Amino acid sequence: MGVNADPLLGGEGFLTTTIEAFANWGRKNSLWPMPFGTACCAIEMMGVFASRYDLSRFGAEVARFSPRQADLMIVSGTITYKMASVCRRIYDQMPEPKWVIAMGSCTCGGGPFDSYAVVQGIDEFLPVDVYVGGCPPRPEALIDAVMKIQKKIEMKGAPVV
Amino acid sequence: MSFDVEQAVNLLKNEFPQDIINIKEYRNETTILVGKDKIREICSYLKYTLEFTFLADLTAVDYLEVKSPRYEVVYHVHRFGPECEENVRIRLKAELTDGDPLINSVVSVWSTADWLEREVYDMFGIKFNGHPDLRRILMPEDYGPHPLKKDFDVRNREASKESFEKALDDGAE
Repeated sequence: MGVNADPLLGGEGFLTTTIEAFANWGRKNSLWPMPFGTACCAIEMMGVFASRYDLSRFGAEVARFSPRQADLMIVSGTITYKMASVCRRIYDQMPEPKWVIAMGSCTCGGGPFDSYAVVQGIDEFLPVDVYVGGCPPRPEALIDAVMKIQKKIEMKGAPVV
Repeated sequence: MSFDVEQAVNLLKNEFPQDIINIKEYRNETTILVGKDKIREICSYLKYTLEFTFLADLTAVDYLEVKSPRYEVVYHVHRFGPECEENVRIRLKAELTDGDPLINSVVSVWSTADWLEREVYDMFGIKFNGHPDLRRILMPEDYGPHPLKKDFDVRNREASKESFEKALDDGAE
């Protein structure tokens, strides 16, 4: 991989890289989140998307409630077992490659709700990439989680085909 | 004409002398213990004659190991003004014994009782005779236990997990 500015090869210069590195560079800088907000953490998540914290600085502001176009699921809020099947189905509808952020104590481990209805951590039914503790976490913490996802994509990547 | 709690209680006592079991007054709150068999008649009298048009809440309590009969169904009814001091709120309670608890539904009196009675059925397993659609409202439809019963372990997630697995299978088809 490198930059070639030889005038014989076009003059303006070009870049050589692998398809995989190029695709992952694109993925990492254009994460499309699927916001799965069920409780107060979702309010904090909206704060992250809004102008003060502005997740678009990381290319991840296209929050549409449409799993078919998303590659990052941000689960923010208490997940009950009744909601868990919905959450799992939405995750299954997202195309590969995809990543999951568990935002807040409830999604990480049930939070204060040690009850018959609440899932004690969404990793019971979803493969979580980054856990963000806090009740709710500060916007900076979610931004950090998105950056960790970016780092993960950069380091490990995902197959192109 | 002014209207107050005392008047409401007296009228109710005259109308249903057999079915008013006990009247308690505590911190300006009036609680009337009534017989469960006449609950619908008492409620329609409250609504249509005394103008208690608003059912503020309908819930239940499980007094397992505290007292017998085990359950109480609680009705909070409210009468609006027109004068401020004529706003009256009273609480009705009806006791139910353990083992297939059943009480007449008041959906025909206040239609808001529909979902409230479904919630009580969902959480306590108390059945409402004459309810138009007595299904679970909060827990999954195929859920077994009634979680607010005192003999249910609130940390028991097994039934929830079963419902979850089943919902996943149903969705995957």
